[in-house]
Amino acid sequence: MDYFLTEEQQMIVDIARQITEEKIIPQRAELDEKDEFPTDILKAIAKADLFGLFIPEEYGGFGGGCFENVLALEQLGRGCVGVATSFAASALGAYPILIAGSEEMKAHYLPIIATGEKRAAFALTEANAGSDASGIQTTAVLDGDEWVVNGTKQWITNGGEAQIHTVVAMTDRSKGARGATMFVIEDTDPGFSFGAKEKKLGIRASSTRELIFKDCRIPRDRVVGKVGSGFITVMKTLDLSRPGIAALGVGLGQAALDEAVVYAKQRVQFGKPIISFQAVQHMLADMAIQVEASRALVYAAAKHIAAYPKDMSKASSMCKVMATDMAMKVATDAVQVLAGYGYMREYPVEKMMRDAKILQIYEGTNQIQRNVIGQELNKEYNK
Amino acid sequence: MKIVVCVKQVPDAKDVRLDPKTNTLAREGVQSIMNPYDRHALEEAVRLVEQYGGEVVALTMGPPQAAEMLRDAVACGADNAVLVSDRAFAGADTWATTYTLSRAIRTIGGCDLILCGKQAIDGDTAQVGPGLAWRLDLPYATYVRKVVDCSAEGLTVERLMDDGYDEVILPLPALLTVVKEINEPRVPSLKGKMKARKLQVTVLDAAAIGADPACIGLAGSPTRVVKVFSPQLAGDRTMITGTVEEQAAQLAEKMEALL
Repeated sequence: MDYFLTEEQQMIVDIARQITEEKIIPQRAELDEKDEFPTDILKAIAKADLFGLFIPEEYGGFGGGCFENVLALEQLGRGCVGVATSFAASALGAYPILIAGSEEMKAHYLPIIATGEKRAAFALTEANAGSDASGIQTTAVLDGDEWVVNGTKQWITNGGEAQIHTVVAMTDRSKGARGATMFVIEDTDPGFSFGAKEKKLGIRASSTRELIFKDCRIPRDRVVGKVGSGFITVMKTLDLSRPGIAALGVGLGQAALDEAVVYAKQRVQFGKPIISFQAVQHMLADMAIQVEASRALVYAAAKHIAAYPKDMSKASSMCKVMATDMAMKVATDAVQVLAGYGYMREYPVEKMMRDAKILQIYEGTNQIQRNVIGQELNKEYNK
Repeated sequence: MKIVVCVKQVPDAKDVRLDPKTNTLAREGVQSIMNPYDRHALEEAVRLVEQYGGEVVALTMGPPQAAEMLRDAVACGADNAVLVSDRAFAGADTWATTYTLSRAIRTIGGCDLILCGKQAIDGDTAQVGPGLAWRLDLPYATYVRKVVDCSAEGLTVERLMDDGYDEVILPLPALLTVVKEINEPRVPSLKGKMKARKLQVTVLDAAAIGADPACIGLAGSPTRVVKVFSPQLAGDRTMITGTVEEQAAQLAEKMEALL
């Protein structure tokens, strides 16, 4: 379907698609097999100027928004969600600076993130703080002109591969959520190290590690926004980033559908291509309906939230749930259409099925998204 | 350093059909792409300028629609683009093409280095690079797989050979034709595409390059296509069968008989 993109938006799609076809698809199976971080592909993405899509022009970016990022992520996700996650995680790490950072902080960090010279990462999750962020144990204490950070962040995407980290730590535990503060911590800061690389079901091209802070000392001005405003920044960041995860779902769903249709046309059983059997046709039709409906919602939500409307969280959560549940379903059905071949690693759909699962989990599980939507509905209907 | 990259529009190899009557390539309605080897030449030029400074000019001889390919070249890092286009250039073989390109390069004030793909995937002659060097009286190296160094002494390059490589030093100005092993071409950048959209492609016609009408197009081309045909595979074929040992013995016997 035609979504009437502007000429510039079409350029973004064309570039991201070319990267997927020329750089990602030929390498994705090997990156997955070897758990290898896609450094060269990310360099190619950087050279193509895609790291700065959402960053304002005055900080060296393209000056687009959530929708432009969504367009790129959909195409990259069509190639490999592991690679695309490594790209998306840099935006996630940069959003807090963009949303709440001081002018000096933006001018210092955003241009190097926009060029892809440095990668960013976002660190909220801990062993006892996932969906319930109030369980954060990491602390930051002011000591003279420096903050001293202690604690361990878990399952951090781009861990060990990023240079700039936006990290949430408790600065006043007695205030609960209002005692959380966001900091920028650089890879070279003393007292900062990484845990071992996690072994995962899918998105194996992405790096997932612990960030370990042991008396990590950072300058006083590394606070993003105000002391105590960490949770608000986290919520705004995730509202902006979730449509990107939804876009990865759309890209993955489209890729799985493409594989299934191509296979169904060439696989002959009982003397006919299996696409001529209604049982298969109906599966493919349902897959196509779900992919297109998800795409339409993701695009609409990404455009809607650009103006930071009041119901931003609801729109963001709705598109994340729909597109990522779709990706899991469509990838599973693609494996079913390819059947025995689909289960084998020679074909890409088993990887798509493994990759799809994380989309329902990270950046807020789909259960938490439904909580957000439900709570928003409850508020709306009180009026 | 001013680098001219010669690029050619060719039919997409994924979409090649022959005209059943004439046995020549059917170009009507076939998607055009930049000759793949020329993409490597362009990438190398952009990398050299990133390293040593200067400018990259993408140059092509072709119909007006070749301007689109030049925009792609700019999106991939070229600074400027020159299209040599005139109905009088039609029907040019490699002899007339090198004449035309050499006149165009002189017209734009010459350059320090010319990069070409090793050959085009449609004509496959591999003549335009060396021919252009001869026209401009430049030293040249073909099948370049690596530019090792660029110094006051000149350019040190490695030429890909069947059994290894040759290292060659060329004084500048010079011409290189490159193989695909030299680099991995980048995809266009967003800034490059924005620039390409606004770019005014310089168009030079026969008069602008001061071309002698007798040396261009069909008139300047000594090559005549007399007949195009698919060669018959007429050699005698014998299948050798049996166990591996039996097959080896039979093969050895036949080889000895030939000696």
